[in-house]
Amino acid sequence: MGKTVKKGLFYTKNHEWVAVDGNEVNVGITDYAQDSLGEIVYVDLPEIDDSFDAEDEAVSIESVKTAAPVYAPFSGTITKVNDDLEDSPERVNEDPYGTFLFVMKCDDEVDTDDLMNDEQYTEYLKTQEDD
Amino acid sequence: MAQNRKYSYVPHTSEDIDEMLASIGVSRIEDLFADIPQDVKFTEVLGLPDGKSEYEIEKFLQNLSEKNDRKLSFLGCGMYDHIIPAAVTAAASSPAFVTSYTPYQPEISQGMLQAIFEFQTMICQLTGLDVSNASLYDGHTAAAEAVSMAFQAKKKRKTVIVSEAVHPFTLSLLRTYFNEQDIQFRSLPLKGGKTDFSQLSSLLDDTTAAVFIQTPNIFGILEDLNGISELIHQNKSFFILSSNPMNFGMTKTPSEWGADIAVGDTQPFGLPANLGGPSVGYIAAVKNLLRKMPGRIVGETQDDRGQRAFVLTLQAREQHIKRGRATSNICTNQALAALTTSAYIALVGPMGLEEVNRQSMTKAHYLKEALLALKEVKDVPGPFAYEFTLDLGNRADDFIQRMLGKGFFAGVHLGALDSSLYGKVAVAVTEKRTKEEIDRYVEAAGEILKGDQLNE
Repeated sequence: MGKTVKKGLFYTKNHEWVAVDGNEVNVGITDYAQDSLGEIVYVDLPEIDDSFDAEDEAVSIESVKTAAPVYAPFSGTITKVNDDLEDSPERVNEDPYGTFLFVMKCDDEVDTDDLMNDEQYTEYLKTQEDD
Repeated sequence: MAQNRKYSYVPHTSEDIDEMLASIGVSRIEDLFADIPQDVKFTEVLGLPDGKSEYEIEKFLQNLSEKNDRKLSFLGCGMYDHIIPAAVTAAASSPAFVTSYTPYQPEISQGMLQAIFEFQTMICQLTGLDVSNASLYDGHTAAAEAVSMAFQAKKKRKTVIVSEAVHPFTLSLLRTYFNEQDIQFRSLPLKGGKTDFSQLSSLLDDTTAAVFIQTPNIFGILEDLNGISELIHQNKSFFILSSNPMNFGMTKTPSEWGADIAVGDTQPFGLPANLGGPSVGYIAAVKNLLRKMPGRIVGETQDDRGQRAFVLTLQAREQHIKRGRATSNICTNQALAALTTSAYIALVGPMGLEEVNRQSMTKAHYLKEALLALKEVKDVPGPFAYEFTLDLGNRADDFIQRMLGKGFFAGVHLGALDSSLYGKVAVAVTEKRTKEEIDRYVEAAGEILKGDQLNE
């Protein structure tokens, strides 16, 4: 449970996935993240045109047992948010890799060196399970 | 089971204490504090008298209360002397309520949760806004929490515009909350006794998270807020409105003015002005600010048998879940005082609130006209509800002092709260004052102020 990693995506240490398209990135949370959070009841999304610095809290996800931040992977401006989550936050649990939270247009050219690829993230997950 | 006679209110016997000390392996209570350095310890003997019997205590307190010098109160400035029907005090004195605190085991405190739910419902009905919390400490705290909500919802914006006609305590608390943060205050200046809204456009910019206005303002004057919410909302800022909620029985509600967050103090609803408290801060907001709301919120739901039930809800906002990222460090409410407020509102009802307003306003306007007829008196002009401000210049303190000698708390010298308001005396008249009392006030004021003129 909660170990699925999808090829072709990049990953952060905070268990966010990032799909890169030019200088735009789609951001969601990983299977591991949704599994750890438990049943998600609310996703507090940013507004379009909100701008964030890298590592700023862009989204807050509330589950029945906790509330967790989702950080902006880069500095940039929000161009799209997943409005469906307002009524159906459980989609993040059901299909974490098919459910983006927001799309961000990055201020600078996207440098994926700061992120992990799927193999690196799979290795990283093993270190998390030791905790 | 010999009770230690000297400390007869302390439930532990000396045997109890010895047994507890023995079980944890120390010989004296003082050993528990061995880690505290000797030089910071208080080593003298406390100069406390011996315990007294219940009857002796009652007699002592009775004598003390008889020393109170009762005057006719025309004080306001945030705390008002309204009638408190006996049924309100009786309802709020139920032992089940008196001994309750903010519910930490909510599921077994259905009665208290329902009382809080009723309070929230009434605050929403009074303000016209969508959501309310379970209450805050007082109106000034509510003001600071409202500004904090605005900054959380507009994380990139770092300024708040505050009218200079807000209560000085509110301003002082805002500074306490935000001075050590990267937040700037901009003042919306006064023009006479009103906020000068012609300055608002030039103060608003893309750093403005919120605009904070109070109506009736510190002078008791009702601000003209036509077009203000449009101006604020065009700038994507929040409009926070602070009000004495009693006025909603007669005036426009915060929702009708287009406010996003409404705050104030419910003291006028059934709570006596004992030395300034306890009172209750209310905070209500539009729905999309719900997740930024501080403190406790009670929600209505159904239990597993389909029965109506109440729960603490949306707790992910709170610090026991969200830790440092919580919306506020406040995790309590003014449960008993809020319940008293609810009992008052339920008892008097909408027509009662209107009647309290009508009487208070009529009487306040009667007093002001009579005082202005004295010629020696100037006022801070403007439309008002049941509190107005006199401008007595350097006679203010003397006037208040000499009125005291004639049996009146004549008003609040605003200069004592903020030196820039020197000479201004706020006078409130509630439904509790009779025509005869008001006439006596006018007579006494006339003697003092006319006498002054003869001396000059």
